[in-house]
This record gives sequence, C-alpha cells and structure tokens, in this order.
Amino acid sequence: MKTRDQNHEQKLLCDRYVKYLFIASAALMALLIFSIVFFVGRQGLMTFTQISPGEFFFNAKWDPMEKQFGALSFIAGSLFVTATAVAIGGPLGVLGAVFMAKIAPHWVRDIMRPAVDLYVAIPSVVYGYAGLVVLVPFLREFFDVQTGFGVLAAGLVLAIMILPTIISISDDALRAVPKPLEEASLALGATYWQTLYRVLVPAALPGVLTAIVLAMARAIGETMAVQMLIGNTPMLPTSFFTPTSTLTSNIVVEMGNTPFGSAWGNSLFLMALVLLILSLGMILLIRRIGARRYA
Amino acid sequence: MISWNKTKLMAVVGTMLIGSMVFAGCGGSQQGAGDGKSAAIEGTVSASGSTALLPLLKPAQEQFQNKHEKVTINLAGGGSFTGMNQVAEGSVQIGNSDVVIPEELKDKGLVDHKVVVEPFVFVVNKDVKVSNLTMAQIQDILKGKITNWKEVGGDDQEISLIHRAKSSGSRATVAEKVLKGEAFTDKAVIQDSNGAVLKAIASTPGAIGYVDAPYANDTIKTLSLDGVAYSAQAVIDGKYPVYSYGHMYTKGEATGATKAFIEYVLSDEFQNSEVEKLGFIPVNKMK
Repeated sequence: MKTRDQNHEQKLLCDRYVKYLFIASAALMALLIFSIVFFVGRQGLMTFTQISPGEFFFNAKWDPMEKQFGALSFIAGSLFVTATAVAIGGPLGVLGAVFMAKIAPHWVRDIMRPAVDLYVAIPSVVYGYAGLVVLVPFLREFFDVQTGFGVLAAGLVLAIMILPTIISISDDALRAVPKPLEEASLALGATYWQTLYRVLVPAALPGVLTAIVLAMARAIGETMAVQMLIGNTPMLPTSFFTPTSTLTSNIVVEMGNTPFGSAWGNSLFLMALVLLILSLGMILLIRRIGARRYA
Repeated sequence: MISWNKTKLMAVVGTMLIGSMVFAGCGGSQQGAGDGKSAAIEGTVSASGSTALLPLLKPAQEQFQNKHEKVTINLAGGGSFTGMNQVAEGSVQIGNSDVVIPEELKDKGLVDHKVVVEPFVFVVNKDVKVSNLTMAQIQDILKGKITNWKEVGGDDQEISLIHRAKSSGSRATVAEKVLKGEAFTDKAVIQDSNGAVLKAIASTPGAIGYVDAPYANDTIKTLSLDGVAYSAQAVIDGKYPVYSYGHMYTKGEATGATKAFIEYVLSDEFQNSEVEKLGFIPVNKMK
C-alpha cells in the first residue's frame, strides 16, 4: 500500500514538472519569435531616421550609392510574382486535389499523395537551377524575348513549388466534407459532376482558400529559386519578360556585402519587416477564413 | 510510465543544456582567438571576408600551418563587408576585402595590406562576332546608351547586360575603373556570383558582362579592351586598367602570428607560386 502511494506521489511530482517544461518551451518559442520580430523591426525602422517612408514605399529608384532608397520595384515584384504563381498554381492545384480526393481510384491516390509530398523535399535551389537551364532558355526562344529572365520564369517555377501545399490541404478539406452531403446530392438526382462543383467544392471552400493563402505566403517568402530566375534588377516590371526584383531576392543578393547599421543595411531589414507584415496579414486572413470553416 | 517521463524530461533538459553550452561556446571562442595575438609565432588567427580571396588563402593557410605547427589559422567567407566589419569590431584578426574600406569604418584604425592584384575581364556569349571594344564603347554599353551589337560592328542583335549586384566588389571595381563613377543602366540581369554570371552569359545570345579573370573559361568569349587582350603581363605593364587589389585589413598594426601570416602571403615564395597558379597577379610585380 505504501509503495503504491509513493508511486502516486512520484507521478504527481512528475506531472507538475512536466507542466513547467511545457510552459518553458512555449515561453522560449514565443521569446525567440518576438526577439526576431523585435530585432528585424528595430533595425528596419531605423531606416526612417534617414529615409522618408514616402520615398521607401512609393519610389522605384534604388541606388544606395547615390542615396536613393526606393523599394517600390521590390514590393511590386514580390506581389506580381506571387500573383502569377497563384494564378497558375491555384487552379491546377485545386483541380488536382479534386481528382485525388474524389475521382482517382484508391491505388492512384496511394501513389499520388506521397509523390506530392515529395515535392516539398526538393531543395529550392534545385528548382531554381532547373528553371535556369531549362525554363529560361525555353521562354526566351518560345516567346522570342531578349533574356527569358523575369516574372513569368519565376512565377512558373513558384507555381510548381506551391502545388504540394495547395494539393495536400485542399485534399484534406475535400475529404473532410461529410459523406451524407454527397449522398444526399446524388440521391436527389444530381450527376456526379454537379455534385462535385455545386456541393463538394463549395462545402470545402474555406479549406481550399486556406490552402491558397498558405501557398501565397510560401510563394512570397521563397528566395533562392526566385533569385536565380527573376533577373534581380531594381526596375518596375513592364511585362512578364523584363528582369525585375523581389523583396527576398534583393535581400539575399545584397545582404552579405552591405555594411551592417548603414542606411543601406537598415533598408534591407525594413524589406524583411515588410515581408513579415505581409505574411502576418496572410496568417490573419487564414484565421478569419478558418473561423467560418464548415463542419 | 514514470521512468519514461523521466527519460524524456532528462532528454529535453539535456538538449537545452547542450544548446546553451553551444551558445556560450560561440562567445568564448572569439575571446580565445583574441589572446593569440600577443604570442610570438603561435596562437590562433581568424580571418573572414571576401569569397574571391578564399581560394588564394586556403593554400597559404595549409603551407603556413605546416611551417609553424603551433599556429592555427581559421578562414571564413561571408563577403568583403562582413570581413571589414568583423575586423573593425575585433572578432577576427584579419578582414579580407576586394574593396577599400567604406566611410563608416574609416575611423576604426584599420591597417591596409594589399596582398594580390585581381584583374577583371569582359566576356560575351560565343555567338557575338565582336572581339574588341574601345573603352568608350564599353562605357556606353554599361550605361545603356548602346543597346545593339550592330552599333559596335557586330550583327543586328540586342545586347543583354548580365552582371553583379550593387553591393558587389567586382561591380564597384568596374564602376570605378571603367565608368569613372558614372552609373550602370538598371536594364540588366543580375546574378550574385561569378559562376552564375558566367552561366547566364554562356546561355543568353548577345549577352555581355564581366567576371574575375581566373573564372573566364571556354564557354564564353573574352573581349580585348582598346585592342589589348587580357594577360597578366598587360596588367603589370599598365596597359590593361581593369583590376583591383585584394586587401587584408588588420585592426592596428599586425603583430605575432597575424603579422607572420600576412608576411607569408606577401613573400616571394608564395606570390610567385600559388598566386599566379590561381590566375591572380603577384602584388610585388606591380609598378
């Protein structure tokens, strides 16, 4: 009897300590995130002691040697590339997910799902390299343009890179739609195609939208592949084929050779902060969509 | 159940402890490295900075350590500005750089050691018929005034400028030596290393750019400048103007092992063997 009590005591003790461990882990995680936000934010906002917000956000002239710090072309570049990637990858991914979740026979699905997940394991530099040696020359010859570097090259590769995010999350959302909904629709005489696009996809829409927003967050933050394909020149994009620049690509190209603490260095941190805020906005958007999630 | 919980607990706590020890270790090693300075020919020398100078300093490191067994030399990349910042704040003994120190670091008491000459060459895609450009023509191409090869005696083909980012030391050198401080056109494709520039030029018809001379290979065509083909001798004779010095900065005059290492890099023995082998030009040959 006594040993059992001791055992129980020990269990309770353990319970208490484990609780503290969890609290410590959570606090450490929050601390890490906040210190990153704090560091990037402080360093970035210091830019405004030397450069006006108006110049940074609404001027496209980036020439640090001449004290010109207009980041508009980078912000515009990031948004254009992301929009292009989602415009191409979004429909492709959602249709793929519908096929996988509702149409494909089991054995096809069993092959496709791991294959899609495997996409994620490919390092982005490999995507970039493939884009550089295959896609850029192809675009140059097919569209008869000067170099092939630009928004379309980067957007196409990004579209492929965000497919796994869109497919897996949409697939989960579609399969989470209650079976009775589907059966009721069929029982009422709807064809399977009508059931798909009038019942299943609308019911899974919040999940599908979450997938697309997450994919956008991934696309806007992608660095290596974009850097290799975008051309990295600070000019507003005038077509799909003019070399331009994104926030991430400019940070990665210039950060290593920029004096820390200078107006130039600080403005790169400010770009990082802009990226952070854009991602935060997307996460908030997901939460709003998620709150309306069906079933 | 209890023992499982405990093991898990121990594992997590252990991981955290090791983690904090690693953090502490980072701070500690820099301290230790600083102490090496005062000793004669022993101790630790840390050098960081320019990646262009790394292939040159690697053999210097090996040979020097063979000669002086009590010296450890740590080499790291990170970029010219990283090296200069780190030597200015005292976290390394030597900062390697392709460019001279910027305004911000002028008052930190850094001492310059020019150790090598780094020449640059202009290269074009192989389908470009032009093989010589005058200085004025190159300036106009880099400034965006000439945009078609037919304006400089080539085919009717658009010129694509492919070169380095605004923070690059190579770009700064070309801006200074060729453009005399005027601005490059922004109508260009930017790649962030010599290798990537080379690859892009090799695969883009009508492309032109510049790379460190040792990188030029037979996938592209090297241009003559004002009728002078690039060669080490042409640079030494003062006929080929596009080059910069590789610098090793120290904070204050170098002492002890740091001094000995820089002296070794500057010695005839090293300059006349490894430096030339890697395509750089020995600094002692410059007039």
